[in-house]
Amino acid sequence: MKNEWPLWEIFIRGQHGMSHRHVGSLHAPDAEMAIKNARDVYTRRNEGVSIWVVEANHIAASSPSDKGPLYEPSESKVYRHPTFFDIPDEVGAM
Amino acid sequence: MYAQMVQSEASTDDPEKLAAFQARIDAGEKIEPKDWMPAGYRKTLIRQIGQHAHSEIVGQLPEGNWITRAPTLERKAILLAKVQDEAGHGLYLYCAAETLGVSRDELTEMLLDGRMKYSSIFNYPTLNWADMGAVGWLVDGAAIMNQVPLQRTSFGPYSRAMIRVCKEESFHARQGFDAIRKMATGTPAQKKMAQDAVNRLWFPALMMFGPSDADSVHSTQSMAWKIKMNTNDELRQKFVDQTVPQIEYLGLDLPDEGIKWNEERGHYDYSDPDWSEFFDVIKGNGPCNTDRLAARNKAWKDGQWVRDGLLAHARKKAVKKIAAE
Ligand SMILES: [Fe+2]
Ligand SMILES: [Fe+2]
Ligand SMILES: [Fe+2]
Repeated sequence: MKNEWPLWEIFIRGQHGMSHRHVGSLHAPDAEMAIKNARDVYTRRNEGVSIWVVEANHIAASSPSDKGPLYEPSESKVYRHPTFFDIPDEVGAM
Repeated sequence: MYAQMVQSEASTDDPEKLAAFQARIDAGEKIEPKDWMPAGYRKTLIRQIGQHAHSEIVGQLPEGNWITRAPTLERKAILLAKVQDEAGHGLYLYCAAETLGVSRDELTEMLLDGRMKYSSIFNYPTLNWADMGAVGWLVDGAAIMNQVPLQRTSFGPYSRAMIRVCKEESFHARQGFDAIRKMATGTPAQKKMAQDAVNRLWFPALMMFGPSDADSVHSTQSMAWKIKMNTNDELRQKFVDQTVPQIEYLGLDLPDEGIKWNEERGHYDYSDPDWSEFFDVIKGNGPCNTDRLAARNKAWKDGQWVRDGLLAHARKKAVKKIAAE
């Protein structure tokens, strides 16, 4: 790709107190321009109070074929959920 | 709609994998970019999403044409915001297409040299301010018909892009309706302009949904893959049923003498657009095809030094930063 601007992934904090969430991506020559473009593209209607930009090729991701080995181990561990335990009504809220 | 006559690719993949893939789609799962997918699914989607993106971008031209000549500052600000949204729509869609392994520049070049298409509707001219109302109301209205069901499409990035687009589209349709309502209820001359705009844009808007189901050969595979959610005629009928009462509300004459409520079907009957005109426009012979492509090519060429300059600046800064560390 001759001189294509790199791809940036855009994360936006929608409201105070919330986490940043991935909203999409865009091309920009550098981080500063990526933030400016993200403002124009992803926050035209007050969708955000903070923007993170990360160059897409810096993101490492799990591969879809790892789905089994990665997540199956937690499936059998039902005791990790509070609903596993019977708490007598008399005990009250817990 | 914004993607017309997208040819869907047959798949020559391993039948077992194909069946498993189809089962995922039938179960309502979303396909994500790194998941295995049939080569035909990928190719068809690149074509469809790319065409959709190109339509958003080229679609800015007929409306951009009137920004500086809007009748009031408020209308100007509204139209500017609407056209800016369309740039965003193009961008969301290009990004969705890029996750399938095609680059932005490749997509752009395919638009510029005519290898990829955009919606036939944008090859019609916008002659006056009434057209701004009619375009927002009818053209965006027709696009919405197609985009709302596509929010449920099987390909995750496409579905997410459609959800963002749909959030913004009702503003587009409403501002258009508001603009034409102003004219339809204005002076006799204004009302005449509103009528003229509806008359001119009605059939081109109907063509947006693509050829009639009998002639649309690519639907079956795309519908099984859930990248096409409804048939062309279904969506066209829905559009007609929704729009006819709105035309009547405005006190305008119906643009087609064939429009008549059909009690038995529970739908409006209407006349088919002139399909030979449609195919001619698709082939490149519409009133504005040459202008539109010339405008996009000029913008791309004129912007080259900006893209190059900003990239050179970014690289220089990066080198300096490394040197300083
Ligand atoms: Fe749009
Ligand atoms: Fe549009
Ligand atoms: Fe729109």
